[in-house]
Amino acid sequence: MDFEIPDELHYTSDDEWVHTEDDFVTLGVTDFAQQQLGDIVYVELPSVGDQLESGVAFGVIESVKTVSDLNAPISGQVVAINEELVDQPEIINEECYGGGWIIKVKPSNQDQIDSLLDADSYRKIVSKRST
Amino acid sequence: MTLKRTPLYEAHRSLGARMIEFGGFELPVQYTSIREEHCAVREAAGLFDASHMGRIEFEGSDAIAAADGLFSRNLTGLEPGRVQYGLLCNENGGVVDDITCYRVSEGFAFWCVNASNIEKDHRWILDHVASAAGVHNASEETGLLAVQGPASEAILSKVGAPEAAALRRFRFAQMQVADCPAFVSRTGYTGADGFEIYLSSGDLPQVFDALLGEGEPLGLRPAGLGARDTLRLEAALPLYGHELDDDTSPLAAGLERFVDLETGGFIGAEAIARDRDAGLEQQLVGFELEERGVARAGCAVALAGETIGRVTSGGPSPTLGKSIGLAYVSAGVTEPGSGFQVVVRDRALQARVVETPFV
Repeated sequence: MDFEIPDELHYTSDDEWVHTEDDFVTLGVTDFAQQQLGDIVYVELPSVGDQLESGVAFGVIESVKTVSDLNAPISGQVVAINEELVDQPEIINEECYGGGWIIKVKPSNQDQIDSLLDADSYRKIVSKRST
Repeated sequence: MTLKRTPLYEAHRSLGARMIEFGGFELPVQYTSIREEHCAVREAAGLFDASHMGRIEFEGSDAIAAADGLFSRNLTGLEPGRVQYGLLCNENGGVVDDITCYRVSEGFAFWCVNASNIEKDHRWILDHVASAAGVHNASEETGLLAVQGPASEAILSKVGAPEAAALRRFRFAQMQVADCPAFVSRTGYTGADGFEIYLSSGDLPQVFDALLGEGEPLGLRPAGLGARDTLRLEAALPLYGHELDDDTSPLAAGLERFVDLETGGFIGAEAIARDRDAGLEQQLVGFELEERGVARAGCAVALAGETIGRVTSGGPSPTLGKSIGLAYVSAGVTEPGSGFQVVVRDRALQARVVETPFV
């Protein structure tokens, strides 16, 4: 199978992507993740203002068959949530790197971003798992 | 434990299926998308490899009479060419398995049993018959394909089995399908019109390929266990291990019409009759969620803060666009319209009892 893994993003080993902007980051799940999950039917989102702790679940994503935790790749404060996912969670299947973004976070520790995976490292992890 | 594979394992892989474990077998959960495969069955047709299901045969009047003593309905009186859904029960009235029974001729019948229960059922039978003669576990050498959906009749016709169209619901006949000898029954596990096709294992790839090739122009798609589960849930058909098990009464599961207590004469009949007279504390109901979320098997059912039951199956209904489920609940809240909460990850989501089947 083919998975899109854009070069300009950062990644976690549990299949989330992170896009860094000036003073916040946007995050979502990768193409590999959405293909593994299948048809996504529900996303449980945090609230704006919630504090995230790196490695701790901040939400849940449900497909027809399975339930997965969304784990915070970094610590910080939620500054925006993608309200469109409430009515149309399937956007994640359609455009996981675009309209299917999940939340925006103001990082509390810049070092955590530097320790995320680059596209090449994530590509290696995925290619091992998908064989 | 090594997982078993059906003769179609390579065919599934080459169609891009994602494989999972089910009932000791490695089987396709989906080829492209559970939702798409589900909708194909509702709108056109789906092709399922159900070869994991077991088959136990009874040959001769003694074997058939012995089987009748284990079956919740009247097997001896079942006419050749008819299929019956029914139960094997234990002495306490719990369900050993839920099966379909095929009466081929006066002297021959077979049961289609759940994959996870093949060994258990076979042992159960041998432990309760006077003689093992005439009882044969044919699960290894036989296979099962299901074509389900409104286009099924046209598809069977295109693979050389137009006589399938003459079958009424729960009837079956021997015929050639794609030049292979088969028992074809108008039955299924999806709530849709369709056929189940019993074959020799060796003939599975040829018939599978023929059905796919001839059926695709009519909208047929290969469909996996994921769609099989969402379809059977919409039809409110029980899944052994979820709605049924060794400790669950068929009456609680709403299966009284498949239990012949008037004639009786099968193991468990007395216990089930006692349950019927005493009344049951829990009853299986269908519900839909009135809030966003997905109820899953194992979720607690609550009313006014008290746990009153548990969800046995649940998930999104692709046809209805709602979250639906089946749950055992206390006797007071079983009427359609009754409300309760389903506890999903510490959140109590409002749910309402609805009529089943859901679609």
